[in-house]
Amino acid sequence: MAQTSEARTDSPLLEVRDLSISFARPGGETSITRNVSFDVNAGERVGVVGESGCGKTVTGLALLGLLPRRTARVRGRILFQGRDLLTMPAREFRRLRGRDISMIFQEPMSALDPVFTVGEQLTETLRSHEKVSRAEARERAIAALEEVGIPSPHTRIDEYPYQFSGGMRQRVMIAMALICRPKLVIADEPTTALDVTVQAQIIDLLRSLSDSHGTALLFITHDLGVVAETCSRLLTMYAGEVVENAPVDDVLLRPGHPYSSGLLRSLPGLSERGSRLPSIPGRVPAPDQMPAGCRFQQRCPHAAPLCEQHPELEPFQGPREVRCWRKDELTLTGAV
Amino acid sequence: MVTRVKQRMVVARLLQAIPILVLATFIVFCLMQLIPGDVAVTLAGENASVERIAQIRQAYGLDQPFFVQYGQWLWQAAGGDLGTALLSGEPVAQTVARTFPNTLLVAVYATLLSIVIGVPLGILAATRSGSKLDGGIMGAASLGVALPNFWFGMILVLYFALTFKWFPATGFVSPFEDFGQAVWYATLPALALCTNGIAEVARQLRSSLVEIQSSQHVRTLHAKGLSPARILWLHGLKNVSVNLLTVVGLLFNKILAATVVVEAVFAIPGIGSSIVNAVLQGDFPVVQGAVLAMVVTVIVVNLVTDLLCTLLDPRINAS
Repeated sequence: MAQTSEARTDSPLLEVRDLSISFARPGGETSITRNVSFDVNAGERVGVVGESGCGKTVTGLALLGLLPRRTARVRGRILFQGRDLLTMPAREFRRLRGRDISMIFQEPMSALDPVFTVGEQLTETLRSHEKVSRAEARERAIAALEEVGIPSPHTRIDEYPYQFSGGMRQRVMIAMALICRPKLVIADEPTTALDVTVQAQIIDLLRSLSDSHGTALLFITHDLGVVAETCSRLLTMYAGEVVENAPVDDVLLRPGHPYSSGLLRSLPGLSERGSRLPSIPGRVPAPDQMPAGCRFQQRCPHAAPLCEQHPELEPFQGPREVRCWRKDELTLTGAV
Repeated sequence: MVTRVKQRMVVARLLQAIPILVLATFIVFCLMQLIPGDVAVTLAGENASVERIAQIRQAYGLDQPFFVQYGQWLWQAAGGDLGTALLSGEPVAQTVARTFPNTLLVAVYATLLSIVIGVPLGILAATRSGSKLDGGIMGAASLGVALPNFWFGMILVLYFALTFKWFPATGFVSPFEDFGQAVWYATLPALALCTNGIAEVARQLRSSLVEIQSSQHVRTLHAKGLSPARILWLHGLKNVSVNLLTVVGLLFNKILAATVVVEAVFAIPGIGSSIVNAVLQGDFPVVQGAVLAMVVTVIVVNLVTDLLCTLLDPRINAS
């Protein structure tokens, strides 16, 4: 687990407890996530993986209170430094956003305001949270751009987002997310929309900045390889539930949940050369067609009659948690 | 560098304006030929002999082939001479200078009213989208789009001029003589003209604001911890300003055209009514001059709109 020089409090930085998110629809509610619980310690990097539609992004948005207020129902508790974000007054929560918790989005092309310069958007974040003069804010914005590797930041600060490439825009997003030195950054598939060569650079950048600032990172991705490289802990989500929560090395060696195993086995490069790349048959069930028992049973090669009942997330081999009836009897293939 | 791009744009647009002006005046000239009646007969007076009419026709060049007549008009206009009215003998330039300010005052007034009333309504509807208030405003806006302005003008006259006597029913004061009086006289006509404008501005502003509010970059602004007020007033409005400006530009042009009808209802000596009179009498130099003034105005308004858009949205110059 990544330790930082910062003083650690006894409790984790972020504690998510029984987070259930649903969306109102005509005639009822559609449940997206159910009883999601996990912790993020200060300075720790946690990867959240799962296929599309597993509730990763919705969970990330809920942590920042960014879900549409009119339709989203968020239940449970999100404790940040011991305080529940869900019951906190809106104004106070707003002061945390961008200052203590910030977010990097998937689409750098559309996540920046097109009619304001990069510098205006950076200093605006800073000046809405800290009392700094215009000149000082500008200096810090230039420094922030420099830190994320944007060449000639003195001139580029006055340019508009359309004048930046996708990778450079994502660097700007990262600079903006980090400018107030937050304690937690939620990165929602920050490299999915970028070229492969740029992806590696952005991930390296995020990792080194998180190291140097001691920033905790919640890394939402569907790329297990990235998690293996950057994170110390892995949260596997399936169909709106956490199915495994374990140190990355443990999962790579011996996954505790058949779904984690399936994700690992379908990584290209890890399977045998020339053989067919394994895949998980079927797809994530739609939110309104969830099976009553284990949500993975229809796609699970190890499904048994017992799986008709819903398993709970239970401790497994020390620091791990797994949601599977057969976790103790199965020996699943990892990536190593 | 940006300014050079803009200079080039202005020059290009002014050059483009020339064929538009020629074409517009040519089309109007053609249409004039289709109108029944003969201005020579009118000029000759009652019981004029056939010879007298032919004489007048020759004197005014009306016996010339159609293309020659247009060519002569165009040649003179290019030299700055719009000719003289056939019936009154007043130089057309003077007619335009006398009547056009009145029309412009009404049109600008109506456009301003559309903005001043339409923008708050649009913002109100957008910030409460889906509510009863939003439904009410948008319902009223649909009504406003459908309302014929000449009819609404007559209703206004009935209540505000005849019943309550707050505003004069008809007539006009030149804005150069007494601007306050002119505005007072222009109020009812502007109100009659602005219903469509209010509705259009409110609807467009609402839909573009709603779209912006749900965009990804506004989500980023929330993630940054900005206040909802700053997000709406600074980021929201700057993002929709290009849309709004384009709507207002088009609206002004539409209102300018609509003054023709409203000037008739309120008996305003504007350019619209002088076009109507001149058309009825076949006084083509007046029609041509007035149309030229209107087309030039529309072109200038469009150019200014586009220039302002490039100031508001940096991407427009990017190509």
